Amino acid sequence: MWYELMKDKVLHSIADALRLTEVKDGMTLSFHHHLRNGDYVLNLVLAAAQKLGLKELTINASAIFDCHLPLLDLIRDGTVTGLECNYCGALVGKALSSGLLAKPVIFRSHGGRPADLARGSARIDVAFVAAPTADSQGNLSGKYGRSACGSLGYAFSDVQYAGRVVAVTDNLVPYPLADFSLSETDVDYVVEVERIGDPAGIVSGTTRVTRDPVGLLMADMAAEAIKASGLLRDGFSFQTGAGGASLAVAYAVEKIMLAEDIHGSFASGGITSKLVEMQHKGCFESLLDVQCFDLEAVRSLRENPAHREISASQYASPLAASAVVDSLDTVILGATEIDLDFNVNVHTNSQGLIMGGSGGHSDTAAGAKLAIIIAPLMRARLPLIVDRVQTISTPGQTIDLLVTQYGIAVNPLRPELADRLREAGLKVMSIAELKQLAERICGVPKALKNENRVIAEVLYRDGSVIDTIRQVD
Amino acid sequence: MRRSLLFLPGNSPVMLQNGAVMPADALIMDLEDAVAPDQKDAARLLVTSALRSLDYSQKIIVRINAVDSGHWQQDLSTLVPCGPDAVMTTKSSVEAVKQTAELLTELEQANQIKPGTIGIIALIETALGVEQAYEIATASERVSALFLGAEDLAADLQCERTKQGAEIFYSRSRLVLAARAAGIDAIDTPFTDVQDDEGIITDAELARSLGFSGKAAISPRHLSAINRIFSPQPEAIRSALAVMAALEQGKREGKGAVALDGKMIDAPIAARAAQVLAAAEKLGLLPE
Repeated sequence: MWYELMKDKVLHSIADALRLTEVKDGMTLSFHHHLRNGDYVLNLVLAAAQKLGLKELTINASAIFDCHLPLLDLIRDGTVTGLECNYCGALVGKALSSGLLAKPVIFRSHGGRPADLARGSARIDVAFVAAPTADSQGNLSGKYGRSACGSLGYAFSDVQYAGRVVAVTDNLVPYPLADFSLSETDVDYVVEVERIGDPAGIVSGTTRVTRDPVGLLMADMAAEAIKASGLLRDGFSFQTGAGGASLAVAYAVEKIMLAEDIHGSFASGGITSKLVEMQHKGCFESLLDVQCFDLEAVRSLRENPAHREISASQYASPLAASAVVDSLDTVILGATEIDLDFNVNVHTNSQGLIMGGSGGHSDTAAGAKLAIIIAPLMRARLPLIVDRVQTISTPGQTIDLLVTQYGIAVNPLRPELADRLREAGLKVMSIAELKQLAERICGVPKALKNENRVIAEVLYRDGSVIDTIRQVD
Repeated sequence: MRRSLLFLPGNSPVMLQNGAVMPADALIMDLEDAVAPDQKDAARLLVTSALRSLDYSQKIIVRINAVDSGHWQQDLSTLVPCGPDAVMTTKSSVEAVKQTAELLTELEQANQIKPGTIGIIALIETALGVEQAYEIATASERVSALFLGAEDLAADLQCERTKQGAEIFYSRSRLVLAARAAGIDAIDTPFTDVQDDEGIITDAELARSLGFSGKAAISPRHLSAINRIFSPQPEAIRSALAVMAALEQGKREGKGAVALDGKMIDAPIAARAAQVLAAAEKLGLLPE
């Protein structure tokens, strides 16, 4: 067609991009989540698709946040009939749990998504890539522009495997954008819009360190456990989540590293200002960044050569020849529930409603030498430990420790670790003992019985279905 | 050892529950200032329930309402059956301590608790209380500590409460003298800026230098600093061990006077070394 001959790939509207990429009913569109809860692009594209009368689209997004609530109306009117993601915010999750979609939502992990795209078990017809900066030929970067989000790690597999690729930017710069992350070789079109997102939304409330004394107590216990494990020595590698208590572990680990003059190798995953600060103080040689959690991390990625952007495949794909998670010493993770076999749920809440997702949870747990769950023993009068989690997000054999404010449970698969912790004077209890303790305080909650239809499938990183999630009335 | 004493509002289930895992030597479950008058009953029930269902490893102190409040008798009759280690009298006076001690004796007998088991910590928070500190400390054999309440005291003194604490310097010193003269503990007032991680260190070091045996906290964030400062320091333990070793050697050699590093070890030095080692032993700080 004539427009294929255009050298300049810049289009004037998303509708043009949908037309030129020949999006048809039933196709799959993809999105990354680097703008987190500030993302405008998914809503803009789907609104344009609705106007064009497109139907039965499947959305494959690395994550869905509550800023994507307009998606629900598009599901109701049939514009969207399928959803695949690695994480889903609570408000959208609640609606999905009510059975809004006829087809089950497909949940993957951050490493499982690029692996499934590589295998062909997931498919993207057209990828829409929110690009904080783009040049006219489609060289893209997240480091610059008023909507800078830093790393574009999750978008790499989209541009690699999608049939067509459209960049959506609010900062179009002259060709060439030399410091690009995603290259023009994979990008078909560039659409300039007024705003791709709200940079304030990149900073999640959960990326601030807790001031809760219980959280700080658990963080100190976790840091002492890491030390007792023997892994906290020169060359140490570390990842921690963005939750308040997880982040507090970084402070506690930093304290030990500085006091004992320990020089680590790398920190990985979602990068926060705390990890940037630790790298700056010499705790780590480098930062391997698949996603920036705050604007300080964005600045560091732009200015610090030791702070490197990595793709989701390099981060965590089980199909990669090697991935960062395979070299990880310790990861700190959260849980909504954990069971007596150490299986962890991060997908559903106590009522069975979707409120999260694996993200990199199961990937890092599988790769790291020491996978630590840190969580209070009770939340709102509900015990953390249950006989069987409602949803298995991460299999128990990949979890090594559970740190609660009352004590630490060591997976029986790691008896030598339990010995090390006891020798260090840490309070080691069996997970059953911790469960009994919580139930003595809170009582035993009534078990949820749910025989409703399956509304979501949870895929493990190898592509197998590890669990299903059922409709909640 | 009561190095650190953490206040827990008696009407907060979460804080009462979390208190069990906090690194305080003692917990003060507060039925007084933290609890509104119409919530006193609920707080008593909550504290009772917490004491009966949670395994607290810390010493338990219940702060009761003042003897002129109309609540203190109910506080004691509800809480004594739970067997707290001590009760804290507020706006303490000689008369208030005596009345509390008498009712405690009655209630202990009624609940098959050995009379005298439950101690009294006298909260001194008025100018008159400071003036009568020694009399209060000796008003009952149950009194095991004097506790300085600086916020109310500053109001009574009609002066501003400051972080530096010049306004309570005399009261602190007077309280330590009275407590030590009576052979009991002296506990310092809490440092109230929970965000000031440096200020708590300065304030606790000052209290330690004046002779206080421990310090209260209103935030768990202050506990590690208080515990560290009110524990025997490694250098003091080394020095005390050297003193005791020199004394032992002198005894073996039949010497009347013993010197260490050119200085005579007199009775006060020996006594202080023994105190340091006793505290270190309780805290597991002695080298193996």
